This record gives sequence, C-alpha cells and structure tokens, in this order.
Amino acid sequence: MTITQFILLGAALFSIGVYGLLTRRNAVLVLLSVEVMLAAVTINLVAFDRHVADQLAGGQVFALFTIAIGAAEVGIGLAIVLLIFRNRRTSNVDDLELLKL
Amino acid sequence: MIARLAPVILAAEEAHAAELSSGGLLASAAWLIPVVPMVAAWVIALFGKRFPYKGWDVAIAVMGFEAVYGTVLLLSHIANPIGYEGSIEVARIGSFPIEWGWNVDGLSIMMYFIIGVVGFLVFLYAKGYMEGDIRYTWFFASFILFAGGMLVLVSAPNLIQLIVGWELVGVASWLLIGHYWEDHENSSAAIKAFLTNKVGDVGLFIGAIIVAVSVGSFRFSDVLDGVESGAPTLARYAFWAGIALFIGAMGKSAQFPLHVWLPDAMAGPTPVSALMHAATMVTAGVYLVGRVYPLYLTEGFADEVRSVIIVIGALTLFLTGLIALVQNDIKRVLAYSTLSQLGYMTAAMGAGAYTAGLFHLFTHAFFKALLFLGAGSVIHAVRSNEMTDMGGLRKDMPWTFRTFVVGSLALAGILPLAGFFSKDEILASLRFAGSGDSGFTGAQGGAALANVVLVLAIAGAFVTAFYMARTVFLTFYGSYKGHGHPHESPRVMWVPLAALGVFSIVAGWINIPGITSTFTDVVGARFHLVADHHAESFDYLAMVLGLAAAAAGIALGYRIWGPDQDTQEARDTFSIPVLYPLLSAKYGIDDFYMEGIIKPVRGPIARAVDWFNGHVIDFVINGAGFAARGIGKLVYAFDQQGVDGAINAAGAATGAAGSVLRRSQSGRIQQYAVGMIAGAVALVAGFVIFL
Repeated sequence: MTITQFILLGAALFSIGVYGLLTRRNAVLVLLSVEVMLAAVTINLVAFDRHVADQLAGGQVFALFTIAIGAAEVGIGLAIVLLIFRNRRTSNVDDLELLKL
Repeated sequence: MIARLAPVILAAEEAHAAELSSGGLLASAAWLIPVVPMVAAWVIALFGKRFPYKGWDVAIAVMGFEAVYGTVLLLSHIANPIGYEGSIEVARIGSFPIEWGWNVDGLSIMMYFIIGVVGFLVFLYAKGYMEGDIRYTWFFASFILFAGGMLVLVSAPNLIQLIVGWELVGVASWLLIGHYWEDHENSSAAIKAFLTNKVGDVGLFIGAIIVAVSVGSFRFSDVLDGVESGAPTLARYAFWAGIALFIGAMGKSAQFPLHVWLPDAMAGPTPVSALMHAATMVTAGVYLVGRVYPLYLTEGFADEVRSVIIVIGALTLFLTGLIALVQNDIKRVLAYSTLSQLGYMTAAMGAGAYTAGLFHLFTHAFFKALLFLGAGSVIHAVRSNEMTDMGGLRKDMPWTFRTFVVGSLALAGILPLAGFFSKDEILASLRFAGSGDSGFTGAQGGAALANVVLVLAIAGAFVTAFYMARTVFLTFYGSYKGHGHPHESPRVMWVPLAALGVFSIVAGWINIPGITSTFTDVVGARFHLVADHHAESFDYLAMVLGLAAAAAGIALGYRIWGPDQDTQEARDTFSIPVLYPLLSAKYGIDDFYMEGIIKPVRGPIARAVDWFNGHVIDFVINGAGFAARGIGKLVYAFDQQGVDGAINAAGAATGAAGSVLRRSQSGRIQQYAVGMIAGAVALVAGFVIFL
C-alpha cells in the first residue's frame, strides 16, 4: 500500500465533503459534510505519520485531537441548529441570512 | 569670542624705557577714566531727571573724578614717569586681535589732565549757563558722552579703539552742535560738522588699514616698534599711511581745507564750544599726530609728510586768523582764533617740534576755554552774539572783564602768560628747523620752507593780538549798544572763569627754556621716546619778534577801536576795499564747497535717486503686487479644484466601492464558504505552481 492511495482517498473524501457543504440546504447535512472533510484530514494525518514515521508519532496524536475537536464541534453545531429550528421553524441555511450587513 | 579677560600689560619694566615706572595701581586702574563717563552718559540719559539737579550732579561728579584722577596722575608722573599699557582682547578678525585697552604715558596723562580739569570747570559753568534749558538733562548726557568719547580716544592703545573714540566724539559733537535743532541753521551746522569730519575720517580709516596691514597689528606700540626696528613693509607704505592719518587729523583738528565746520559749530551752546575748542575734539587730530609721531619723525618712514603738515598748518594759522578780524559774532571770532592756534600746533608738529605743538595745545586749552566761557557770560548777559550789541561791559561785568582780558593777553602771547611761552617755543622751533642744522625737516628745501612758515607765524601772532584787541575793545569798552541792562553772571559761572584765568597765567611756567623743562619731560616720557628739540635758553630773536608782533597788534587795535567812543562807532565795520569782501566771504571756501561740490553732486544724485525710485523701485513693488495677486488666484483655483476635488473624489470613490462590495455581504454562509474554499485552492495552486 503506498501513500498515494491514502492521499487519493483523503482527497476524494474532502471533495465529497466540500460538495456536500456547498450544495446541501439542510443545516444538519452541512454539518455532516464538514465531518466528512474532517475525516479526510484525519486520514491524511495518519497516512503521513506512517510515511514520515517520526518517533513521537505526531500525526497519530493530531488525528486523535482532530477526532476530539470534531466531536465537540458537532455537539455545539447540532445544539445551535436545534435552537435555530426551535426559534424559526426551519433549518434551511438559505433562510439564515442574519449575518449580512 | 571673548578670548581672555586678563589684560595684556605692557608695563615699563619689560619695555624700552628703563627709566619709566609701571605706575602701580594708579595706572592699572586707569581704565576707569574712559569707562566712568560712558556709564554716566547712560545713567543721565535714562535716569537723569530723577536726580535732585536733573543729571548735572552726576556729570559734575564724574568730571570731578576725572579732574582729580588726571591731576594725581600728572603729579605722580612728574615725580616718577609712568609708562603703562593694558589691553584686553575682545574679538579677533583673522589674525588681527581687536582689543580694548588703556594707555597711561606722558602724552595721554597730559590729555587726561586737561580734559579733566577744563572739563570740570566747563561743566560747573554749564550749570549756570544752561539753567532753564528745555533739554537740560539731555544736554548733560550728550556733554558727558562728548568728554567720555574723547577719553576713550586718548586712552586708546590701538587704532581701533582710537577710531571708536573718534566717532563717539563726532556723534556727541553732532548732538551738541544741533542742541537747538528747532532752528534749521543749527541742525545744518551739526550736519556740516559731522560730514566735514567724515571726509577726514575716511583718511583715518585708510591710514589705519595701511598701517595695520603692513605691521600686522593695530597697536600703536607694535607700529612704533616697527618704526624703531625699520620694518621694510611699513617703510614702503609709511608715506601714504602718514598722509592718510594726517587727513584724518585735518578733519578733526579743522585744518585749512577742512576747517569750515568749526566756525559753524558755534551753533551749539557756549559750554560746548568751550570744551570742543579747548580740550576735546579739535585736539584729537594733534593728539593723533603726536601719538604716532615717531612715524613722522623717522627718516625713511613718513618724514616727508611733515612738509605737507607744516604747509597746511601755516596756511591754517595765517588765513583763518585774518577771517577773525571781520567777524562780528564774538563766538565766531574765537572760533577762527582757535583755527589759527590749531594751525600753530600743526605747523609745530610739521617742523618736528613735538613738545612745542603739544605745549601750545596744553596752554591753549586753558585760555581758549576761558575766552569761550567769558564770551558765554557776555552773551548770557546781553542775549546776543553780536559784538555790535555789546560795548562798555567792563563796569557791569567786572569778573568777566578781568578774566577775558587775561585770556586775551594769554592768547596774544604777552610775556608772563601761558600763551607767550608756548607760542615762543613754536617760533623758536620753527627758527631751529629753518636753521638747516636741525635735521628736523625731511624734505628738500625744508629749511627754506620752515623760514617762510616762521614769517607767517610771526605775522599770525600780530593778527592774533589785533583781533583779540578788537574783541576786547568792542565788547568791554565804549558805550553799551544793546538792549536792557546787563549784569554779572552768577557765581557758578564766574568762579570757573577765575580758575581758568589762574591756569592761563601759570600754565606756561612749566616749560621755560633754561629754567624748567617739566612739560618736555612729561610728554617725552613714553615707550617710544620722541627725539625732540628743547632749547636750553631762550631764542631771543624769536622771542623779541613774537612779542613785538603781539604788541604791535594790540597797539594797532587800540588805535582803531580804542576806548574813544567816536572812533569805535566809525570803525565798527572794518572795511578795506579788497580784503574785507574776501575775508567776510571766508575766501569763498564755504561757498565753493556748497556751489562747487555739494550742489552739483547733490542735484544729479537727487535726480538719479528720484528716477531710480520712480522707475526701478516702483516697478519692482508693482511687479511684486501683480505677482502676489496672480499667485493668489492660482492658489485659490488649486484649492477649489485641486484640493476640494481630491477630497470629494475620495468620498465618492469610497461610496461607489461600498455599493459594489456590499453585494458580496449576502449573509449566505455557503457563498462565504465558496469564497474561502476558492481562496484556499488558489493559495494551494499558487504554492504548487510557484514553489
């Protein structure tokens, strides 16, 4: 198994995530796409760790960090989506345009 | 630039004359002599009115100090000759140090003495004379400046300080002659005196520059050292330096072609005339010649200039004496008499008789001050300067009469009085110079020249006695022709007269040939000893001729204007066909200066200045105005269009940019995410492609 296959897998996952992020209207699905992109990054980290093979195994450690942060992020993100849905009866991101000037 | 404050002392020990003493504290404190009156002038000018006697008290205290200091210096100098010179460097121009200093030697001590003593008496007198004057305090401020300027001049050990004093005297004389400036004639007289002096001053400046450049120093001691050691550079230019310095002396001492200012200077108050003619101002030129005398005496230097000096002196003494005969203004008679006596001094200097010239300066200071103050006393009583308004005053003004007669006899050179001894010494010196074995006359034919001058000097003695007899008879004898009833002046005025009368009698007794040579020793005791002729015994021929001329003058005066009233009336206007018009026109010299020099010069210059003003200056000013207006318009346009335009454009551009950019702020998260990802892709692409 060469590193190329892992990078290609990471790139494919990341692209799928980006596609989902940009095309989905449902806020839950947008969050899901972000998680896919995070998974791509984690695969890259682990793959490069094996490839570089440093003694501290930094890539694997950072992969664990990423997973932990991703879990936290989903927790907060779903909580926000839930609150928005409760207040506005929608989770369509096109309707959530309060950020504009 | 103040290099050092500790003075450089050139005291007797290290100098040439072993027999001179350094003078101790008396000499080292002599810097007070010029400084005190200069300070007093400011004090009187600024605070004079607050003093009980409105500034006169300060002035008289200062002059009292000068008189005492001068007398003490003179007495200690007689007992033990002093030679002292202090200099403080105040600035430096290239390699030339500019110094302020004070000189204490025989020549300057003699001057300190007469300025102090005569000045004190004149200031005393001035209190009575100037009583009730509109500018009483101001008068004393400028009068003390006048005396102080002369003391600066006399104390100067270098040419720069001498010039400073010279100009201070000039400025003060301008202030004093023009004291009654409300009368246009008086202010013109002041300007005439100042400008005529300026003509001479140019000579002094040129002479000072020649001397300083060729010697490398402004100090008299360095210059005279150069003369002593025969410095070749100085020797080459000494003739022109001597001529130029003498032209300066001619201006201040009112010698023949530049004499015109002195009679007009009578416009000032009488005490001013008295001091100006006696101790200050006109003596400055003779003093300057005396100060650099070795330059004129040493062969190979300016010795040939002495021929010029003796001729100028002889012309002055003879020609101006004659003018005095036809003047009716009593002060003008005395003014022309001063010119004539200055001619004697100059002629003596030219003949190589340093002592004789200065001795006449010394005695003349007393009796001429006396005569002027006497004339002032008469004018005070009669309220007119014209002798035709006087007459018969001897009973009304006994003190003025007595002292005036003493002064007249002294001036005429009658035996026991001061003028006799000094004039006799001049005649004897001229005869000695004419004898050919003196070696005093440098130029070819010098002996013959001296003999001609001797004849003129004896004739001058006759004329002197003649006009003084006329003045005395017209003023004090006959009958009173003026208005009102004249009476004797107050005591503050006649006491100085009496004191000066005593000096006029005894001042000559300090230099009698064969008996005493005190005066010769006094003025000869200086660093650069001046070889001088002091007769061991009387020159009897010169003495008899001089006395006979004076006696003849008085006798003829008595014959014409004697106390017989009828004769006097008839002879009031002294008229001889050719001579009288010539003399009353003053040989036409004043008119020549006015018509021949001043007006032709002034006319074209005035026209040229007018043209220049109308065409060049106005053109420049108008041009400047137009240019300023044009620039103003340009600036306005730039402000309105350039600056405002830029500011408005900046505002508009900001608005436009905002209206374009606000569209990107949609609030849609996915649009923002597109931007972010596009940016990230662009960055990655950039890294991949370019690195």
